[in-house]
Amino acid sequence: MNVIELREKLIAAARTSAPDDRVPYAFEKRIMALIGAGVPTDGVALWVRGLWQAAVSCAAIALLCGTWAFFNPASNSSDDLSQNLETTLLASVDQGDQAQ
Amino acid sequence: MERSEAELIAAVLQGDAASFEPLVQKYSPRVFATARRYARRESEVEDIAQEVWLKAFQKLSSFRGEAPFEHWLMRMTVRTCYDFLRGHQRNRESPFTDLSDSESDWLEKFASAPESTSENADAAKLLVERILEKLSPQARLVITLQEIEDRSVKEIAQLTGWSVPLVKVRAFRARAEMRKILSKMAKDRYL
Repeated sequence: MNVIELREKLIAAARTSAPDDRVPYAFEKRIMALIGAGVPTDGVALWVRGLWQAAVSCAAIALLCGTWAFFNPASNSSDDLSQNLETTLLASVDQGDQAQ
Repeated sequence: MERSEAELIAAVLQGDAASFEPLVQKYSPRVFATARRYARRESEVEDIAQEVWLKAFQKLSSFRGEAPFEHWLMRMTVRTCYDFLRGHQRNRESPFTDLSDSESDWLEKFASAPESTSENADAAKLLVERILEKLSPQARLVITLQEIEDRSVKEIAQLTGWSVPLVKVRAFRARAEMRKILSKMAKDRYL
């Protein structure tokens, strides 16, 4: 098969078929609605929008947690917590001392 | 009274977004026709056209008015189509064994009598579409602009943003890539 000739034939075939220029119904209305909504198009803008939304969500969760902690203080005092932590961390040392 | 393009653009830049709508109405057929050269599914074509218009609105302040708005918009359309091709390279590795009966018949006819094979046949159009899908995005863009749309190297450079020597190099490589694909197809079918 002559590849060069085949290529020319296929390019000629592509030239004979002009693409359809039909536009979907009310396409311009959809575009205007998106413009009105301020939809970002490029990747950076999408990232910025996503990060902003994530930041707002995180701030809201932090605020909720803070409020909950403020109005519902823990029954144990912070001294107890620090004492527990110290006991846990030094448990292995204490066990070593007892073994000797 | 109907406003001119320059007046509409000036109004959009001054904050009257509604003045953009006549521009969308006027040039959408060209945007859609271009997008349909690169995307087959209608949903993809609409996505490309939508992206073109949203970009055009956001970057309208960069339009200086030295060249017609249509040229500026078509540059944006071609570049958006190129980005689409780079992001959708799904059919490049598929084999040639799944040709339809009409495509196979057309190839058989071409193999036996190349001169008498019609390029107006639907099978030939489907076949060329299939081959274009196998090209790299750069090669497909150059083949479409240079050989199918018959544009000059200078025009392609303006549309793509590539330099003239780069367009020439990419056109040379694109033709070689297409020949390679056609050779592979001939080998797959007849060996």
